[in-house]
Amino acid sequence: MAVESNVIDAAGPYDRAKALSAFKLGDVTFYWITRLSAISVLLILGGIIVSLIIGAVPAMKEYGFAFLWTQRWAPSADPPVLGALGPMYGTLVTSFIAMLIAIPVGLGIAIFLTELCPQWLRRPIGMAIELLAGIPSIIYGMWGFFVLGPFLANTFQPFMIKIFDGVPVLGAIFAGPPSYLSLFNAALILAIMVLPFITSISVDVFKTVPPVLKEAAYGVGCTTWEVVRSVVIPYTRVGVIGGVMLALGRALGETMAVTFIIGNSFRISSSIFAPGTTISAAIASEFAESDGLHQSGLILLGLLLFVLTFFVLAAARLMLMRLEKKAGN
Amino acid sequence: MNFIKTIVAAGLVAATTTTAFAADITGAGSTFIFPVLSKWADAYKKETGNGVNYQSIGSGAGIKQIQAKTVTFGATDAPLKVDQLQKDGFAQWPMIMGGIVPVVNIEGVKAGELVLDGPTLADIFVGKITKWDDAAIKKLNPSAKLPSDAISVVHRADGSGTTFNFTNYLSKASADWKSKVGEGTAVEWPVGVGAKGNEGVAGNIAQTKNSIGYVEYAYAKQNKLTYTKMVNKAGKTVDPTNESFQAAASNADWTSAPGYYLILTDQPGDKSWPIVATTFVLMHKEAADKAASQEALKFFKFAFDKGAKSAEELDYIPMPSNVVKLIEKTWSADIKS
Repeated sequence: MAVESNVIDAAGPYDRAKALSAFKLGDVTFYWITRLSAISVLLILGGIIVSLIIGAVPAMKEYGFAFLWTQRWAPSADPPVLGALGPMYGTLVTSFIAMLIAIPVGLGIAIFLTELCPQWLRRPIGMAIELLAGIPSIIYGMWGFFVLGPFLANTFQPFMIKIFDGVPVLGAIFAGPPSYLSLFNAALILAIMVLPFITSISVDVFKTVPPVLKEAAYGVGCTTWEVVRSVVIPYTRVGVIGGVMLALGRALGETMAVTFIIGNSFRISSSIFAPGTTISAAIASEFAESDGLHQSGLILLGLLLFVLTFFVLAAARLMLMRLEKKAGN
Repeated sequence: MNFIKTIVAAGLVAATTTTAFAADITGAGSTFIFPVLSKWADAYKKETGNGVNYQSIGSGAGIKQIQAKTVTFGATDAPLKVDQLQKDGFAQWPMIMGGIVPVVNIEGVKAGELVLDGPTLADIFVGKITKWDDAAIKKLNPSAKLPSDAISVVHRADGSGTTFNFTNYLSKASADWKSKVGEGTAVEWPVGVGAKGNEGVAGNIAQTKNSIGYVEYAYAKQNKLTYTKMVNKAGKTVDPTNESFQAAASNADWTSAPGYYLILTDQPGDKSWPIVATTFVLMHKEAADKAASQEALKFFKFAFDKGAKSAEELDYIPMPSNVVKLIEKTWSADIKS
């Protein structure tokens, strides 16, 4: 207290207008700096879209909308025949399977960590999750290639093929022959890679649930499961879905690990044990040696991934909005 | 489009450039030539003090770089056709060769035991032959014990000169392949899985039972993969050795190939290995920086004169001396100093 009064005394006569205008200048500068930072995102994004479109124009002119449902990818044919169906299918299927595995597992870990886990186990598990996020994707690819692939091909896939043999639909999905490199292997690696996104964001938002809400629920005799289902999840829904979307974005765009283990085949097969490719894997593999229409087709694939990701995220937002409306907030 | 190309090219160069001095020779392109080129560059730097800065970014990108005049020379695994050379004002010549060999992983079959020929190889890669005990394979290998298992085909996923030469050979060996798939650095593979790079294919073959793929000879040798013998154009069965690769090169008719446009697959001669790849160097006939261009020629002359041994150590095949003489004539006639 004493110090403060000394400072004011030392400052002498107090010019209010001057001080206020100094504040104002600071405020205005701050406002513009933050605003420009935000706008720069839009500019960069716009620049990327525009350059992608310019690069993709020759392929758009040549193939039109048929690019979307053509399965053939023959860059060496004369003229090249290019279609995006194979990579699009691979991108969506691997991401879908990855999310199918990663969402329940990720949420399960998060719930265990925040609600059930003994204190001494929290740190090791938490750190293991963070570590998963820190592993470079090429390491995931190599591990998938040398360890996971052989295990799946020799043990897991023959088992699944045998179980579902002859069952309609499922039989076709789990059809043989087993392979080291397949959509399923890639999806499994993706699931492991996106797990930390879902888990750590869920853990963070679960921690924001006011203890008094949970205590009240426990107080009226709810079980842990009921507290999680009826209090924690509804309270944190937006945050959890945000984490899931971040993970999905990563799964759709992941390149290096997928290229290693997906088999890089443009053919579409009903079996998830067959090799396939994704948009980003196809671009990464072929871009360096491509030219002309082939390169333009690859850029168009890139644009497509951009649009695909945009629509998936937009659909997620829409879903979220409807959920919120239904919940009445 | 050009805008994007420039950005991409600039990005690639920026990503791979280490330190560039003004006096250094710059080049870009083929990944195939990279190991031997860096060895030559090392020796050249020791002898003359001049460095060679080469970025192995792929043949296609190398052609783009020399077209954009951002490098002194480009290197490509697929030669440019004569009209293309004239359009761009390029001089082109072959610099180094290497063999491409089919590799297999079949239980009980050792390196050099299995014999294949072009049409059979094409039928396997087109998906017509699906089992190892197929009649066509048995006919070539009457004494071998081949399993009745499905063949897993492994090919390159990335665009590559190795794929270009391999598919070029299959196109020459099989009309079916030519009409259905054709040749190119990246093609529409009818069957199989794609792996990244020679090392990816080698790794895949080593891991997958009953598989077949194709790699540069050096990779097959270093990874101790089971390579096959091949029946060549003359109908003789040959092993992949430096001698059989060299035979393909010296039996090729370079003198009557304008712009050295010659692909060394399916060449005549009893001893010729049928799939030999060549990396070609591209330079502007009238370079903007003539001093750099002359310096590059000095480096290539050094490589031809003194680089044969280091090339052989890396399992490359040096150009035969009669071809080198021809190339040196081309330099003095075509490249303006």
